Amino acid sequence: MDLKTKALIKSIWVFHVSAGSCNNCDIEILDCFTPKFDIERFGIQLVGSVRHADALLITGAMNRKSVPRMKKIYEQAPKPCIVIAVGQCALSRHMFRFSYNVRDSLDAILPVDLYIPGCPPKPQALIAGIVKLVTKLRETKR
Amino acid sequence: MIIFNYLIFPGLLFSAVIGLFAGWADRKISARLQWRVGPPWHQNFTDVVKLLHKEAIIPQAAGVMFLAAPFIGLMGLALADMLLGNSIISPLKSFNGDLILILYLLIMPALALMLGASASANPLASVGASREMKLAMAYELPFILSAIVVITKCGSIEIGSILSHQVIFGSNAASLSGCLAFIAALICTQAKLGLAPFEISEAEQEIMAGVLIEYSGWALAVFKLVKAMLVYTMPVFLIVLFFGKDTTPLFMSAKFAAIFTVFILIKNTNPRLRIDQAMRFFWGPVTTVALIAVVLALLGK
Repeated sequence: MDLKTKALIKSIWVFHVSAGSCNNCDIEILDCFTPKFDIERFGIQLVGSVRHADALLITGAMNRKSVPRMKKIYEQAPKPCIVIAVGQCALSRHMFRFSYNVRDSLDAILPVDLYIPGCPPKPQALIAGIVKLVTKLRETKR
Repeated sequence: MIIFNYLIFPGLLFSAVIGLFAGWADRKISARLQWRVGPPWHQNFTDVVKLLHKEAIIPQAAGVMFLAAPFIGLMGLALADMLLGNSIISPLKSFNGDLILILYLLIMPALALMLGASASANPLASVGASREMKLAMAYELPFILSAIVVITKCGSIEIGSILSHQVIFGSNAASLSGCLAFIAALICTQAKLGLAPFEISEAEQEIMAGVLIEYSGWALAVFKLVKAMLVYTMPVFLIVLFFGKDTTPLFMSAKFAAIFTVFILIKNTNPRLRIDQAMRFFWGPVTTVALIAVVLALLGK
């Protein structure tokens, strides 16, 4: 494992994007930074600007309005950029599957690296997902 | 020798390493105050190394200053660190007027932030730049007034003779005027470092990292280094001005830790001010305290 990957997995800066979620996943994401779970001890930080991000944390079903915006945000992020889909809506459109304005799920639009299922996923599930992501990054050696 | 001093020992590398450690201490103590565990000791180094390996995006409309600004801040601060460090190690190495020069050099990081943000062609960055500019105007007045207290008490604008004056007559902060000036300077330093009640220019939740919004990759890493070096430089400058009686490494690090802990505690117990509140605060109470200190110093108290 080279220095680049080593540094990346020890300091993943996350930019949180809501593509029109019901806010439950977003609340659970913020829970990860509270004293009980505290993922800052792994060097994970929420950042305010996409330009600082290493990972995009996307919640919500991709409706027609949010698809072009999501593509734009992904283009604005510096590469390598990890895309994480959080919650059932981002994974598979969930209850909006047959909705008129939700055409594609997230992985048809962006290259998704990690899926975290749940409605909403518990903070434990999010942390388990991050562990999987770190293992994957270790193995791929990018 | 000058190049070694500038790049390695009291200058760039030394101050960056100490500053990154101090930045980690800030994050760790803040985490412990909130009953969290906090990041490991190498966290800030890891962040910088990671940023150096990332892609740096330059906006299409950005000017040349966008990439030059981080280095302007870095070079200015490294020079200030070199002058300060050399004067502490051997007071005879300082020259007449270097206090004034250091006061100017300490404005460089804020200036670099303003230049870089204005050049990045982003509306939120320009909001951040204007806030940074107003904040700099607000805190510079009481900060320079409290430096004038020290100049009056020691009768010199040379760091070496300020230090030797304190060795003979005791620390400046031990007197009434020095104590008041130190309090004013401490609050100004909090704003200079961009810590919590005065982190108005890069309010994460409000204007999304403000001045730094368009920076990524190595340019952001250089700005992180500038911030880290500032975290080292400002407490050392305060020690030289107000607690310069004993400057052996042990006492220096103890004083540094004490002053820095005060910053962290202020940061963790105060919510962010609006820019108008901050300006009213600095030009009102803080300037008044600094002015009283100047008058007392002129009366010899």
